[in-house]
Amino acid sequence: MRQANQERALAILSPLAALALWQLASNMGLIDQRYVPSPLSIANAGWDLATSGQLVFHIGASLRRLAIGFVLGAVPGILAGIVMGLNRWVRAAVDPLVAALYPIPKLALLPLLMLVFGIGDGSKVVVVAMSVLFLTIINTTAGVVQLDRIYFDVARNYHTPWHKLFLRVILPGALPTIFAGLRISLGVSLVVLVGAEFVASRSGIGYLIWSSWETLMIENMFVGIIVITVLGVLSTFFLQECERLLIPWRRD
Amino acid sequence: MTPPKIRMQGLTKAFGERGKRVVALDDFTLSVADGEFVCLVGPSGCGKTTALRIVAGLETADSGTLEVAPGADRKQPQNAMVFQEHGLFPWMTVVDNVAYGLEMRGVRKRARREQVEPFLEMIGLARFRHHYPRQLSGGMRQRVSLARAFVADPEILLMDEPFAALDAQNTLMLQDELLRIWEGSRKTVLYVTHGIDEALALGDRIVVMTAQPGRVKAIVPVDFPRPRSAAELRGDPKFGALQLSIWRMLEDEVRAARAQAEA
Repeated sequence: MRQANQERALAILSPLAALALWQLASNMGLIDQRYVPSPLSIANAGWDLATSGQLVFHIGASLRRLAIGFVLGAVPGILAGIVMGLNRWVRAAVDPLVAALYPIPKLALLPLLMLVFGIGDGSKVVVVAMSVLFLTIINTTAGVVQLDRIYFDVARNYHTPWHKLFLRVILPGALPTIFAGLRISLGVSLVVLVGAEFVASRSGIGYLIWSSWETLMIENMFVGIIVITVLGVLSTFFLQECERLLIPWRRD
Repeated sequence: MTPPKIRMQGLTKAFGERGKRVVALDDFTLSVADGEFVCLVGPSGCGKTTALRIVAGLETADSGTLEVAPGADRKQPQNAMVFQEHGLFPWMTVVDNVAYGLEMRGVRKRARREQVEPFLEMIGLARFRHHYPRQLSGGMRQRVSLARAFVADPEILLMDEPFAALDAQNTLMLQDELLRIWEGSRKTVLYVTHGIDEALALGDRIVVMTAQPGRVKAIVPVDFPRPRSAAELRGDPKFGALQLSIWRMLEDEVRAARAQAEA
């Protein structure tokens, strides 16, 4: 217990020490502040962005696109994955399509998506959804295929109606693998979203970073980088909490 | 005379594509009376599990007829099977696993919990009702499997080597436990095992099967008085004699099965 506390204290202290060192190096002129501003000046810029309401505006835009795109990709992905996992004919038919479409870097499709879905939120949401879709299909299919045959025998032996088979056997059985896919999807979605916002947006954290660079407001750029990192950590944490609640039998 | 609870007549089942066709069961005929505990014994791959799965409705026979609980009212499930290890759903608690059959029949949650309770007491796992299978030992898990089948209150019980994965001491305890639960209902049981001693301890009759393709080689009545104790029976001199005589019948079949496997 004591050792655990010490480890925790160290985990908090070491980043703080790094920040202090960084600040010190900046003050002593060891780091060129034109490229890498000091932590304090970044914090200042962050405060200004926050109080002016810009930060909330950009975070809101990014979160909205991320959330809608994620759900639009994950839900059909899970459903398609379950159907593919259960039926080997569907799997044989759809597998080559997934294999062909999955490796396409989804950002490469952004110009096309903008033609189809416009330059607004639509194209960003769709590009996120597409990155999530294929990963979710692949993982869900694997999760269902890996289900032990004996569960289906038990289900049949007790005359499980099909909706119960889905809700009580297939879905929970595949859930751990589905969540593994969602975790990877989340990381990929953040990358794709920031990329899309760099080039084709007037809002969002990606836009904040890119426009700050264009206007050489390096402090603001760093604020954007930190905010998107925190967003990534928080959304991963959120997903982990969902997993903990939905998959209690894996908990120790 | 009451009709048999299970009547298998000339059941035949083959697996695989043409060319590599394996006949698992060939003209298998057996009747089990109401309340009888019958054990199928045979070498690995002799089709005893196939016979059980056909009775359970998990496989269909290529030919032959099967009759289970003729004239029974259909509100009661026809059969419930106790599977080998891993038959529990890892994502359900003990209570939900035991109540699974009831849930699928549309019994409400409150009523389910009430019906399950005495069985949880009976298997001594009431304290563990909210545990998940992976938090239980192998022996506890198979007790849950037994309870799930008994709670469903089926016409017949089917058991497919339920204790095969347990160590010897746990197996002995679980056999006694099974006998104790079974005494309370005296349901018709068809029990697959490769343990002669297990079959002797549990069964009223032992059906010795031939190596692949599986046929009935001999039927041995076991008339130890009930209620029995699986542990104490083993001290009975008659037990050892029967065990040896059944082994003599089985030995050739096991050799045959081994020759097939090595061919």
